Amino acid sequence: MSKNAPFFDESPHAGGLAFALIFVAFSAFLLSQLGAETKPSPGSQIFTRPSFWPAVGVIGMVSFGALHLVAQRNSRHGGAKEAFVWLQAFEFLLWFMAYVWIVPLIGYLVATLAFAATLAARVGYRTVRPLACAVVTGFCVVLIFKTFLSVKIPGGAIYDALPGGLRNFMTVNF
Amino acid sequence: MEILFSSLAILARWDVVLALLVGSVGGVVIGAIPGVGPAVAIAILLPATFSLDPIVGLTALLGIYGSSMYGGAIPAILINVPGTAVNALTTYEGTPMTRRGEARRALSLAYSASFCGGVFSVICLIALSPVLAIVAPMFGSREIFLAALLGIILVILAHRGRVLAAGMTASFGIWIGTIGLEPVKYSQRYTFGQSWLAGGVDLIVVVLGLFALSQAFLLLVEPDKANKSEGISGGLFVGFKELLRHKRVAAVSSSFGVVMGMIPGVGEFTAQFLSYTYAQRTSSSPETFGNGSPEGLVASEASNNAVPAAAMIPLLALGIPGEALTAMMLSVFYVHSVVPGPQLFQTQMDFVIALYIALLILNVLVIAFLLVSTNQLLRVIEIPTRFLGVAILTLSFVGVYSLRNSAIDCAIAGGFGILGFVLKRLSLPIVPIILGMVLGGIMEIKLRTSMMRVDTPLDFISRPIAFILFLIILLVVAAHIRGIWLSRKTKGITHHGR
Repeated sequence: MSKNAPFFDESPHAGGLAFALIFVAFSAFLLSQLGAETKPSPGSQIFTRPSFWPAVGVIGMVSFGALHLVAQRNSRHGGAKEAFVWLQAFEFLLWFMAYVWIVPLIGYLVATLAFAATLAARVGYRTVRPLACAVVTGFCVVLIFKTFLSVKIPGGAIYDALPGGLRNFMTVNF
Repeated sequence: MEILFSSLAILARWDVVLALLVGSVGGVVIGAIPGVGPAVAIAILLPATFSLDPIVGLTALLGIYGSSMYGGAIPAILINVPGTAVNALTTYEGTPMTRRGEARRALSLAYSASFCGGVFSVICLIALSPVLAIVAPMFGSREIFLAALLGIILVILAHRGRVLAAGMTASFGIWIGTIGLEPVKYSQRYTFGQSWLAGGVDLIVVVLGLFALSQAFLLLVEPDKANKSEGISGGLFVGFKELLRHKRVAAVSSSFGVVMGMIPGVGEFTAQFLSYTYAQRTSSSPETFGNGSPEGLVASEASNNAVPAAAMIPLLALGIPGEALTAMMLSVFYVHSVVPGPQLFQTQMDFVIALYIALLILNVLVIAFLLVSTNQLLRVIEIPTRFLGVAILTLSFVGVYSLRNSAIDCAIAGGFGILGFVLKRLSLPIVPIILGMVLGGIMEIKLRTSMMRVDTPLDFISRPIAFILFLIILLVVAAHIRGIWLSRKTKGITHHGR
């Protein structure tokens, strides 16, 4: 067998080495915490101990992760560029969390319309048609899920300022 | 016959009919939009179905699952972009046919092959039900443990070329599933003293993060893209006639779909691979494969559409989901205190048959919808990708927040969204995380229960089904190791040759 033949057939990706390193470090940390974070229950059968299944998972993570790390050791260049792309996703996570934070304040309907329109503008849709489409999409989402399917989303704090009948209507439907 | 009437009575409700319509039409539309896919749609809709009756919720979700692949063939054939991942093979034959000016023929052939696969698998399931009703109760704790173990091994090994990564993510899923209160001795595991982790990590939150949020992040970060497609003129019935000329390929491919669908962790890709290889090997013109072969198209579409119904078998009969979508559906059962597994076939056979009949009706609805609305559907292919990202992110909020109105759930889903985004960018498998979570939980409980009843390790496989399952596990692992050894040997010879 040739020394040049790859030991594992997993193809390396740009950023693959960085991810594998982070994963293995995280798994090793979890393994180090196994004793502290699970109840050992000495004396009982090994399979019935509360620590058994977490140990199966964590040991699997460390073992497979370490082998995957070896497979990724020749990752293609461009890891830094790839890591920058990963960071870009965090911006949209912040958008999502801002949406989560704002719904209980201004209500589902207004928050959704504002979220859909501003996010559409942020990702490059600046003309009237796509922005209007984003608002209509947001309205349809609210109408389908809150008004028709009555999913559990509380009314906004702002609804308290509305007169009685309208407040109830908004809380129930939007 | 009594069971059949009882099953029809379960379905004869306006809300079930509506769920069937919404699921089938919605699934086709979702499947036709490249970049969305049934997993995203089911993940988002899942919490909304919790307030519905199990039959209504499951019918809608099954509708999306079963019909998305029909829709996914449209962009695969017309613009060389598979609507869902499993339509990738369809592009090999569909796109060259479109380039030759045979788009209508390719589409109608894909629809008829999909219909054949879908209906064939449901008929097989109905025919198999009495057998399953006898076999399923033979599965005790140890058999279910071994079946789940086989499922997880197959899920890992099915990711050819990414087995280590699949093992890594499956183990991660097993670990995630153990966070929180331990089910027997009620001790905390991996909560790090945080009260918000005491209840564990909710499967739906993880599913929404890994499938929906990650897809939204991906679409929002990557450059905007809008596909263009041209309309189709003429009727789409011609494919049914042509399918009769390829009935052998259609029947064998559908059978592969049924068999592969029943095996946990295997699914559409293996079924397609086997069907396509079979069709090529037995074809009188194998050189046309990859250049617009109708037989290749039939093999691809018939096999992938036969899988969804068959994938319900391990879920309904044993309570073991074989892939991510059925794992999501499992939570619908749990929410309504319907426990899928051996007892279901004995106590609620009418419910099981009702699900199968719903699948049958669904295939008829989908084909009728496609025959009249394909040209209208082409417009959804043209939705720009970043706009889809905005829509998915907006919809994901409903999915996560409506569970418990918890911002922490949303933050956890966001974290898994980032993880899913990175995994997708690196082409690493996501599905094993979900199956690790679900199957890990099942294995833990079943192993404990069964170990209380055995004296020696050999007692564990003393029953016939347990022994057969154990043998299959050994064979599967041995076959994989042999495959690696042979592959390394071939590579070594190739390198020496150079």
